[in-house]
Amino acid sequence: MLDTVKNLRMLDQDPLGIALDRIDVSQAELYEHDAQWGFFERLRREDPVHYCAESEYGPFWSVTKFNDIAHVEKNHQLFSSEPTITIADLPQEIPFQSFIQMDPPKHDVHRAAVQPVVAPVNLAKLEPIIRERVGKILDELPVGETFDWVERVSIELTTQMLATLFDFPFEERRKLTYWSDATTGAPDISGGDFITPEDRNVALADCGEHFVRLWHERVGKPGNDLISMLAHSERTRNMIDSPMEYLGNIILLIIGGNDTTRNSITGGVLALNQNPAEYDKLRADTTLIPNMVSEIIRWQTPILGMRRRAKADTELFGKQIRKDDKVVMWYVSGNRDDEVIADPMNFKVDRENARHHLSFGFGIHRCMGNRLAEMQLRVSWEEIMKRFRMVEVVGNAVRAKSNIIRGYRSMQVQVHPW
Amino acid sequence: MTTVTFIEADGTHHEVQARNGRSLMQAAVQNAVPGIDADCGGKCLCATCHVILPADWYARLGGPGPDEAEMLNPTPERTPTSRLSCQIEVSDALEGLMVQLPAFQM
Repeated sequence: MLDTVKNLRMLDQDPLGIALDRIDVSQAELYEHDAQWGFFERLRREDPVHYCAESEYGPFWSVTKFNDIAHVEKNHQLFSSEPTITIADLPQEIPFQSFIQMDPPKHDVHRAAVQPVVAPVNLAKLEPIIRERVGKILDELPVGETFDWVERVSIELTTQMLATLFDFPFEERRKLTYWSDATTGAPDISGGDFITPEDRNVALADCGEHFVRLWHERVGKPGNDLISMLAHSERTRNMIDSPMEYLGNIILLIIGGNDTTRNSITGGVLALNQNPAEYDKLRADTTLIPNMVSEIIRWQTPILGMRRRAKADTELFGKQIRKDDKVVMWYVSGNRDDEVIADPMNFKVDRENARHHLSFGFGIHRCMGNRLAEMQLRVSWEEIMKRFRMVEVVGNAVRAKSNIIRGYRSMQVQVHPW
Repeated sequence: MTTVTFIEADGTHHEVQARNGRSLMQAAVQNAVPGIDADCGGKCLCATCHVILPADWYARLGGPGPDEAEMLNPTPERTPTSRLSCQIEVSDALEGLMVQLPAFQM
């Protein structure tokens, strides 16, 4: 809420004129207006490890350069992911935990249990299903008519994929999207305004109920889905006895597979529209698609950043960090660090070393679903290019208000077949 | 320069001249060997340069250090002789080394 912000409103400030110590990149409005770039450029240049003394979330450090972020990722013994990885503190009424918010050894146990579901060998089996679904979604799009790409394609595709991973009742699949958005979109977690905390709590209770029921079903009748894996794997078959852990891991996987991929699907269309010469390159050579996928993920940076907590007093590139200080790794900034990435503000489908980006994070918490995301994007673009000479953006992309997720609420397009 | 061979999952051999003092990963990347991604650029932070050593070479070179092991641990294709190639330095001692690439990187 703006009236509780103790600092200046960043949207009203000149990134070059504002006093360095007043810069506050935690404000969700910044990302809603895509107005963060100037502030991060200033920080990388003048104060790469930057202390913000007052914000809606209390004081916090920002780490803004690529290699500095990699350093923090590596040193998880010093920079903990507990109690949570958002800038905001975990609301009291959310008791669940997922392994993204855990340190070793507990983290390792949980992650190892769920990792096999997205093992590349399983992804190879999923690919034809994804291709068929993408094809169907694209074939049903109206031609010569303006529609919302986010709703008709990005959300639909990722939701179907999530439903498959969980073997969730297909006709109820939009609940997965809703529960995910409810968790990430409330003001007390991300500065967002998608949902009130009260409605969010109701949504999570509903989610919990569904997944507990599914667990009990899968105990009896196992399949190839994530819940069956959890229910039958040696390490996790008692997870149901800790319902908050179970729910936490489920929510993590839903969120992880939801708006990140969704926003990358949308972001790719926007990037190509903003860079017509790149769209020409793609049309001329669709073998560029895998490389373009990495570049899309870098350019979009679907997760703005991740927070850590210093476990002890320590020095970080010349700054004195105190025990329990919040330290935020801003992927969105690191992915524009010109000391590591050439011409980082440009979108280049044939960029060299395109896989060298921060969007999946690094270290022990590196995104488990990264290959699944890449595969969805690759297959989507292969099928798009078969059908459409152009997916044309015809209105402004409306961005989400969040300080965790960098995404789109809607984007009006028209498709042009060959 | 030291001769090492990378063997893809489908059996394709890639014999390369690796520079002493650089990492085995860099030898793969610089010689465009498919199947090594090295997303983090060699900082032991992504586990996408995973290689599988023959048992005798593994015994000779040693197993992964703690940072390397914690990245290798969750990898579904991990074997008892797995290493991250960004953590193996090329030297004359590696002459004739042949490593297997897993079917997938993480």
